[in-house]
Amino acid sequence: MWAVFQCVVRRDLTLAMRRRADVLTTLFFFVIVVSLFPLGVGPEMDILRMMGAGVVWVAALLASMLSLGRMFSADYADGTLEQMVLSPQPLTLLVLGKVLSHWLTSGLPLVLIAPLLGIQFGLSTQALLILVMALLLGTPVLSLIGAVGAALTLGLRGGGVLVSLLVLPLYIPVLIFGAGAVDASMSGLAAQAHLALLGAFLAPALVFAPWATGWALRISLD
Amino acid sequence: MGLNLNWFKYSSPATFYPLAGKMIPYFAGLAVVLTVIGLYLGFFVAPTDFKQGEGYRIIFIHVPAAWMSMLIYVVMAVYAGVGLVFNTRLSSLMAYALAPTGAMFTFLALWTGALWGKPMWGTWWVWDARLTSELILLFLYIGFMSLRAAIDDPRRAARASGLLAIVGVINVPIIYKSVEWWNTLHQGATVTISSGTSMESTMLTAMAVMVFAFWMYTIAVVLVRVRCEMLEAEQHTDWVADAVREGK
Amino acid sequence: MNWGSASEFFAMGGHAFYVWGSYGVTTVFMVAEVVLVVRRKRTITQRLGRMLRMRIGGKHEAQT
Repeated sequence: MWAVFQCVVRRDLTLAMRRRADVLTTLFFFVIVVSLFPLGVGPEMDILRMMGAGVVWVAALLASMLSLGRMFSADYADGTLEQMVLSPQPLTLLVLGKVLSHWLTSGLPLVLIAPLLGIQFGLSTQALLILVMALLLGTPVLSLIGAVGAALTLGLRGGGVLVSLLVLPLYIPVLIFGAGAVDASMSGLAAQAHLALLGAFLAPALVFAPWATGWALRISLD
Repeated sequence: MGLNLNWFKYSSPATFYPLAGKMIPYFAGLAVVLTVIGLYLGFFVAPTDFKQGEGYRIIFIHVPAAWMSMLIYVVMAVYAGVGLVFNTRLSSLMAYALAPTGAMFTFLALWTGALWGKPMWGTWWVWDARLTSELILLFLYIGFMSLRAAIDDPRRAARASGLLAIVGVINVPIIYKSVEWWNTLHQGATVTISSGTSMESTMLTAMAVMVFAFWMYTIAVVLVRVRCEMLEAEQHTDWVADAVREGK
Repeated sequence: MNWGSASEFFAMGGHAFYVWGSYGVTTVFMVAEVVLVVRRKRTITQRLGRMLRMRIGGKHEAQT
């Protein structure tokens, strides 16, 4: 059973590597959006420091949501998605594979580059560390919940915008505690509570989201 | 012989359509009567609040609207869920019928909340936990309605929106709690809508009457809308032809 | 009865704009919703009625 999981992940990663541009567009979108804010708000460091975490997190939300459309659309177009749904292997596992590959291509790069952008906002190294840990816990949840939205809006016209409408309200708790973790650590409070809650979002999401996505895929495909 | 009440007798559109038709006038009438009583109690019997003066009278529509917006979302999610699990078309149609009224009450709760906040707190919008959660609830309603509108095939639309409603209703408590935590952590729970220090009895009864008035109103409007949905969904069936011919 | 006169009632202790603003918008929205939904019901029944007459009309021509 795990062989099929590895196979799906490996296949998707090779596909993603072949079209490296898609991965980079998500990354560049993230960098550009984060860099826009100082231009809009002004260069004072203390203001930027105060809003740094929030800006990075909102940009991460938008970037990971931008690439949700691609999670199933290619397979939906050429019919491999139907084969996946019909395969004897548990669909939840296949979906988990696809979500993991989506996270590796659009979630992890954000986490790796976030400290660089945090420096732009004058965040201290301690805050940057908390930011990376929060993003590490939070972005998988974004991919998992986003997968449900992507599966529901499969093949719909205007699906991209629709996914954001469906999925953004569900991202809000992750945003609140993700950005809250960094604010707490900057104002001297302990950020463990926020990180623990992010973990608390991740655990049920890992269990229920793939199952719900599988259900949504069956709805969209039959 | 026992009670062999066929639970599913009224779950088929053909039998529910005339039943709903007969019930609507009663609910509509009750809604009007209760609203008149509620407003009379609210404006002419309930005393002036010593702290907020007359401005507090907005409570008689703000609180019922907020409660209705939350209640309707849960009821809508249950109908959508039942429609998804049991494949009963009427339940999904009921969920569609509920959504617009729920969204309207959410907007009204935000609007009256803002207009009440201005004299009490001095600003139109305060990032109070309740107001923020209400705003997010409005996004959930809009998401539900737009997903249904985006899918042409009615069967898929019913099941997709059903799943979205279930996912949404599971997240509503999480969102409410995290927004409350976010609000208290940021600037402390200094700002709360104090619904009257100790709710004076006539204020309470006036508000309770208004809540029931809004219930009756919702049921009446939703029943009319569900009848429209049923006609549209089943326009090629014979029972629709008979209903239309009799001009019901 | 805590209102001396009608004008006092409408002044609403200085909060007239806010109270009547919220009550006004609420009434407008609720009345609009009722009107819209009833009108929708009427247009649907009329449309289906027309389609029905067309279908029956068609059958008669076929039979005669």
